[in-house]
Amino acid sequence: MRTEKARQRYWRANLRLVALCLTIWFTVSFGFGILLAEPLDRIQLFGFNLGFWFAQQGSIVCFVVLIFYYAWRMNQIDREHGVDEE
Amino acid sequence: MELKTLTYLVVGASFLVYIGIAIWSRAVDTGDFYVAGKHIHPVANGMATAADWMSAASFISMAGLIAFLGYDGSVYLMGWTGGYVLLALLLAPYLRKFGKFTVPEFIAERYESRAARIVAVICLIFISFTYVAGQMRGVGIVFSRFLEVPIGVGLMVGMGIVFIYAVMGGMKGVTYTQIAQYCVLIFAYTVPAFFIALQLTGVAIPQIAFGSEVRGESVYLLDKLNQVVTALGFSEYTSGNKSKLDVFCITAALMVGTAGLPHVIVRFFTVPKVRDARLSAGWALLFIGLLYLTAPAVGSMARLNLTQTIQAGTVGAPTGNLAYNERPDWFRTWEATGLLEFDDLNGDGRIQYYNDQSPDFAVQASGYGWNGNELGVDPDIMVLANPEIAGLPSWVIALVAAGGIAAALSTAAGLLLVISASVSHDLLKGVFMPNISERRELLAGRVSAAVAIGIAGFLGYYPPAFVAQVVAFAFGLAAASLFPAILLGIFSSRINKQGAIAGMLTGLAFTYGYIEYFKGLFLPWAGAPWSENVAENWLFGISPEGIGAIGMCLNFFVAVIVSRATPPPSTAVRELVERIRYPREVETVL
Repeated sequence: MRTEKARQRYWRANLRLVALCLTIWFTVSFGFGILLAEPLDRIQLFGFNLGFWFAQQGSIVCFVVLIFYYAWRMNQIDREHGVDEE
Repeated sequence: MELKTLTYLVVGASFLVYIGIAIWSRAVDTGDFYVAGKHIHPVANGMATAADWMSAASFISMAGLIAFLGYDGSVYLMGWTGGYVLLALLLAPYLRKFGKFTVPEFIAERYESRAARIVAVICLIFISFTYVAGQMRGVGIVFSRFLEVPIGVGLMVGMGIVFIYAVMGGMKGVTYTQIAQYCVLIFAYTVPAFFIALQLTGVAIPQIAFGSEVRGESVYLLDKLNQVVTALGFSEYTSGNKSKLDVFCITAALMVGTAGLPHVIVRFFTVPKVRDARLSAGWALLFIGLLYLTAPAVGSMARLNLTQTIQAGTVGAPTGNLAYNERPDWFRTWEATGLLEFDDLNGDGRIQYYNDQSPDFAVQASGYGWNGNELGVDPDIMVLANPEIAGLPSWVIALVAAGGIAAALSTAAGLLLVISASVSHDLLKGVFMPNISERRELLAGRVSAAVAIGIAGFLGYYPPAFVAQVVAFAFGLAAASLFPAILLGIFSSRINKQGAIAGMLTGLAFTYGYIEYFKGLFLPWAGAPWSENVAENWLFGISPEGIGAIGMCLNFFVAVIVSRATPPPSTAVRELVERIRYPREVETVL
């Protein structure tokens, strides 16, 4: 972690993970829940129209999973690059 | 036991718990007072964040709003949860690494500017008071309905309780109280939801019942709801009325606003480590999700219950509607609060509840001899009246009252603390009296908390608008002012103080101006709003609720352009930006 290069590698790995997570975040909420809600609504799963379900339930479930995944993966990246706490 | 006595007992018991915690967790220094000594376990912090976050708007208003908005209500569900992803990924870990007490403090050090700090404090105070006014109105409503005391008395009691634990315990007292309040509010929210789900569908889990068949019929709950409401001229529950762009912008403004709310951000200063800050955001959203996944189910079931109670028989049949003198008890009690209103327009002694704004349905309605919608329902009562509508036992109703008060008080306390910290730490110590002693700063913190409580009570007595509406504007302002300044401060070392200040002021002025133009919200003495608040007058069809998203873009744009045109920040700032990127302390000589 002493060299400029090593720090940049860590930071880029972080940005890649953030970009991946934010893409999923955008897709499930703005994508499935809003922009694509009508076409998805034509698919019915149990008593839910799929677009409506994403807007009122699915997106929230995905958000929770996403943050836990990020926290877990980020801790791994910290350790790999030797910048984890203690 | 009588309902009122029972409610007094349950609410009183919850107050005793809060006061007990306050005495047990007194703050001894400014570290305790501002950030609970940074000793809070991530799961505990998640729970406290959830209570801090879920306000009277979430508890009392949200399910009711969704019940009447249907799909359009999704903006609140996605908007008030999605922001935690932004917080966890973009802000919380870095601000925790920064390791100080307040949000304006970060702005001040990152932008090397007292002016930026003062602008941030102004944004913070503006946002927090907007928000706290909504909470206090929530406390007033619950007290006046369930304990049958005047709103003013209810407010005084609420202020007194918050005073005890916020002023004595600071962030430490508030954190532990919020954990207790979370337990009260989530229990109070889910228990009636279980009962109602069971009654309607035979499935006890509300999230599953939401997509199940109605008991004794082979039709799905949501399909049935669509049939029932469209038969009365309303639009389909599962499809929206708002324009796609507006839904997009409101959701974005609420999400970004969530991530920019100072009282939420500061909660991540209270955990011991950077990795705790990341994890804690996950726990917070999990605890929030328990309520947010229940709310839409409650909303749909409440709408179905209410509609079927009023429209008991076939639409248009002479005896299809509920007769006014046969109205149930809950109807009478809520009528007394003025939140439920009946006006027998066609003089038939029965209640017609339908969409009289729909031109297509008007012909049909006049054929039935209907003369306009006769029932006014304030969305705020849907959660509070729900247990009564469903005929649940009194203890459940008492519990809901305690839950509503817990939700409002926990959020109010969190907001009041960031206000007091920004006064004592940012204004006094940071700007006007840098040499103030620790003891006197702590005292100043307590005094400003007490003053803030007084102002909040006043705002609650003369509320600017409805709970959820007022709160929605606080988000627009947070999205347009603080969020971009913090985000750019973390991820770019090129943004300087000129850029940040210009950006914050642009975002705040634009968003506030737009809201004021259509709502006339905070300047009642200036008369009516400048323009009628209808879609035809809006910029690109974006409502005042969603305009924060545009304000945010303007802020980013102005901050980047102005920074490019002015000299880059000092080496010390670039070292700070470098330092907060790594959880471990590393050598970062540039």
